[in-house]
Amino acid sequence: MAPGTEPTPAAGRPPYRKLYRSPHSRMLGGVAHGLAVHLGLPVTWVRAAFVLLFFTNGIGVLLYAAFWFVVPIGIGEPALGSDYVWANGQFVPAGASGISPDPLRKGRRGRLGRLRDLLQGTFQGEPVIVENTPPGSSPGATSRQNVGQLAALLMLVIGVMALLNALGLQSSKPYVWPLLAIGVGVALVWRQADDSRWQRWFGLEGGGKRRVAFVRVGAGVLLVTVGIIGFLVLQGAGSTLASVVEASLAVLAGVLVLTGPYALRMWQDLGAERTARIRAQERAEIAAHIHDSVLHTLTLIQRRAEDPKEVQRLARAQERELRLWLYRPEAAAEAAPDTLAERIREVVAEVEDRHGVPIELVCVGDCPMDEKIAAQMQAAREAMVNAAKYGGGGPVQVYAEVEGRTVLVFVRDHGPGFDPDSVPEDRMGVRESIIGRMKRNGGTARVRPAPDGGTEVELEMERAADD
Amino acid sequence: MGVPPAEGRGRVARVVLVDDHRMFRTGVRAEIGRTETTGIDVVGEADDVESAVRVVAETRPDVVLLDVHLPGGGGVEVLRRSTAVMGEPGGVKFLALSVSDAAEDVIGVIRGGARGYVTKTITGTDLVNAIFRISDGDAVFSPRLAGFVLDAFAATDTPPVDEDLDRLTQREREVLRLIARGYAYKEIAKQLFISVKTVESHVSAVLRKLQLSNRHELTRWATARRLV
Repeated sequence: MAPGTEPTPAAGRPPYRKLYRSPHSRMLGGVAHGLAVHLGLPVTWVRAAFVLLFFTNGIGVLLYAAFWFVVPIGIGEPALGSDYVWANGQFVPAGASGISPDPLRKGRRGRLGRLRDLLQGTFQGEPVIVENTPPGSSPGATSRQNVGQLAALLMLVIGVMALLNALGLQSSKPYVWPLLAIGVGVALVWRQADDSRWQRWFGLEGGGKRRVAFVRVGAGVLLVTVGIIGFLVLQGAGSTLASVVEASLAVLAGVLVLTGPYALRMWQDLGAERTARIRAQERAEIAAHIHDSVLHTLTLIQRRAEDPKEVQRLARAQERELRLWLYRPEAAAEAAPDTLAERIREVVAEVEDRHGVPIELVCVGDCPMDEKIAAQMQAAREAMVNAAKYGGGGPVQVYAEVEGRTVLVFVRDHGPGFDPDSVPEDRMGVRESIIGRMKRNGGTARVRPAPDGGTEVELEMERAADD
Repeated sequence: MGVPPAEGRGRVARVVLVDDHRMFRTGVRAEIGRTETTGIDVVGEADDVESAVRVVAETRPDVVLLDVHLPGGGGVEVLRRSTAVMGEPGGVKFLALSVSDAAEDVIGVIRGGARGYVTKTITGTDLVNAIFRISDGDAVFSPRLAGFVLDAFAATDTPPVDEDLDRLTQREREVLRLIARGYAYKEIAKQLFISVKTVESHVSAVLRKLQLSNRHELTRWATARRLV
């Protein structure tokens, strides 16, 4: 590693945030909310900006559509907690402001609330999901968010009305209605596409939702079709409408017949490939775990073959652990401590006990555990075991640091060192348990010789979400 | 780290051992006390605060190896009562040597005026090197101490009270991080393409900031969190 390439962002800098559309608390595509979270602005401002832009020749709509099309929907992104409110002269996250929402507002969900639900239902199909899914959302936050959504929606409706009036639609430009129908239809279908993607990722596939989805897609297609036909009629193609539709259908049928098999094949291949990839990943994860636990225990047993008591102890402990991992993964997860510093201390103690090599741990900062950090800890454990086994018996040095959202772990030994490229293909330790595991979970692992002999393993992982 | 101890130094460091465990003093003396090979001359021993202050004042050694936990007030008390011999140029310097690596102990003796902190797991060679470095006026940080400093400064870094005095520079941070990762000064120099002298001056600067900055939060914070 050259000097200066080490990532050392200033402490306290807010972590880098990618732009995602928000799957929670959205009106249409979640563009405004996603932008608001990204920019750290109140979501109402962003929505108002879109509405204002709408009046300048409808640029707002184009912009919104472009964002919707290009920006991916965010899964596991901070949702409600990152709503910003204006407090004490600055924007603060709603949860941190200490301002409790006006209790009166909860009671104001009479007619307006029903209207909002109706409108939202039209666009979203299942308003219940929107209010219930985001984990950790307090009723207060939901109610405030409802009011905000309602205001934005009303502004949208008022904006559309105003625009239609401004265009003087009845007389001069009668094709506005078909265009509007097409727009709404497209929005409905796109919304549904988003939702089904979202549901697939979360594994929420319900029969009732299916029906709603069909209704929404059907309505969208119908609206678009009606819009196009209306457009054609208004353009003066009304007399030849029948033949136009006929020709279109013929072309459509031809395209379907020609490309159908390819599309079907592609679809099936895609599914097969996805299944294969998931299987391969699962297998690698299991192999890594077996390597870390069972194979190491077997090695220890071979070394201590002359001590039956010790062998029995090792075998029993291993059996217990493997059973727990295989059959009651939730219990195994429960037993683990819930912050990084505690967890890594436990790992260090465990490896020290089992391999009898002193490990010096220095831990700077702390953070709650999540799945990615848990994987990193497993990789770190494996690195420590390697260092203990091949590190020449000298002390192993472990340094863990939490900086913003990045968690760094260094494991260093003073052994003879080794060349990662010279490790034979069938050895799993470094390749699968450390490098592979970090990669699968979205992190990186580097193994390199330390400057004055020995080996250093560097594990870098981004935390999954904000706490 | 395989550094031949005395060769090339051509001088002798006079050392006083302060520890309440006789066995430990004997062990350290046996390990580093052979003057002709290590260049270290153990000129005195003490086993509590009273005797430590007296022996240090009488013998005026180059370096005192100071245990943190001592009957009669601990290492911090020895430091407090030895300010007279510490102050003058070329005065006595203290290197804390302890089994404890609790944050309050570490930060406490450093703020009390010790020039370094090593744990008792240190090897003989490293200890000899540390003693010479201390007697040359540099600071010696163990990985753990570097970790505490990083942690303490990270936790109180948000309000930049006095930029020059209170905050660690990027480079100092980098050096501390490498120390925490278990790198020797020589390795750090190699890694950052700077000289060992520069590394030492960075470390000394950190030490000075630790001692000079009157941030009470530092100790309070460390004690409150009972950081290990």
